Amino acid sequence: MTDTVTGTPQPAAPRPFGLLAELTYRCPLACAYCSNPIELARYDDELDTAEWQRVFTEAADLGVLQCHLSGGEPLLRRDLPELVRTANELGMYTNLVTSAIGLSRSRAAGLRDAGLDHVQVSVQADEPATSDRIAGIRSFERKVAACRLVRELGWPLTVNVVLHRQNIDRVAAILDLVEELQADRVELANTQYYGWAWKNRTALLPSREQLDRAEEVVTAARERLRGRMEVVHVLPDYYSRYPKPCMGGWAERQLTVAPDGDALPCPAAQTLPLPRASVREASLAAIWTEHPLFTAYRGDSWMQDPCRTCDRKDLDLGGCRCQAFQLTGDAAATDPVCHLSPAHDLVEAAVETANRPGPVDVELVPRLRHL
Amino acid sequence: MREIHGDTRPRLGQYVRMRPDRATGGYVLLGPETVVVLNQTGHAVLRLCDGERTVDEIVASLVAGFEDADEPTVRGQVHDYLTRLADRNLVAL
Repeated sequence: MTDTVTGTPQPAAPRPFGLLAELTYRCPLACAYCSNPIELARYDDELDTAEWQRVFTEAADLGVLQCHLSGGEPLLRRDLPELVRTANELGMYTNLVTSAIGLSRSRAAGLRDAGLDHVQVSVQADEPATSDRIAGIRSFERKVAACRLVRELGWPLTVNVVLHRQNIDRVAAILDLVEELQADRVELANTQYYGWAWKNRTALLPSREQLDRAEEVVTAARERLRGRMEVVHVLPDYYSRYPKPCMGGWAERQLTVAPDGDALPCPAAQTLPLPRASVREASLAAIWTEHPLFTAYRGDSWMQDPCRTCDRKDLDLGGCRCQAFQLTGDAAATDPVCHLSPAHDLVEAAVETANRPGPVDVELVPRLRHL
Repeated sequence: MREIHGDTRPRLGQYVRMRPDRATGGYVLLGPETVVVLNQTGHAVLRLCDGERTVDEIVASLVAGFEDADEPTVRGQVHDYLTRLADRNLVAL
């Protein structure tokens, strides 16, 4: 035993460790920060039970170990227990990503029997008025009750709170709530500007002062809760010097399947001008290995300057392709959040707007309530 | 945060599973939002973490199983490894 005992080797070949199964884009909530696509109706022709089961089988064959059942609201799929059972029998760790609307005691018991491993509940704030306003529906009390049910049934609980200009000042009270709910993990994730959130960026992007205050609170809470609750804090990339290593690299580690069977390297990739890949037309293995949508930005040969010659290119992998396309119209450009990007002024302008004195007078555009 | 001692009886975290990984022929740890691909040494340690064996027994068993392994080094590495995994709730002490 001469080598250091370690648990994190780096596998070389691209391999999807996680499958994000977006079972439906139907959702009772109307959160303006939603990253689902704007064209929700395009995805109404949802994969049926047998099609999803085939996707899960092919995903397990490709090496997928974690299956995230998400949406929209996955509980709107009546076949959810069957899908959980299939993923579980394939040995995948199953994670339900839910608003908790519809997580009744009997529904929860059925999912428990089917082998569901972990539940992640979204909460919009620490108290009903703010939370319900952001969700667009009376939901706070039901979410709190569902969190208690999750713990009562012996599941590990993650509470996910998307942070933005309108709730970030409440982060201390949010942490108190999550602690009281005895969550195992909390994700305090600043909004990422895709889909509906992109439409609402001006109303959602916090000021630097708000962020600094929140970070102080979160750092103290993380220390206080160490060993009891894992505190994950995702900062907004608009305020960082360098971009995030999006998805651990394009089509390197993660795989998304949209409700209609579109396979994607990330949930926002349907916005890019690339050919569609559908599990209705090809196997997941063929798509993962050789479909142009998946190979387009794999590795680093697609990079332009400044990324191409940057010594950080293996750290941040050029950032996010979808954000580069959204801001510059060129998906192969350096992510403009990078201060070295020639288009960084686009991000600076948004940040400058968010830091003007006085309130931001922009209405939120709620996500279409699509049921 | 519990400290690790010779008589600690480590086991996998409450919500953690260890399973074979077809793709590599090795083992992985799976937990909430977590995948850890184990190397052979990591698996050799964790398969002994059954909540019955003490850290002393685990170290002795590893020392016996590896040629040219010296006890203090193995003990140090096992302590470090289990402490790091316990920090992430992947191992319970």
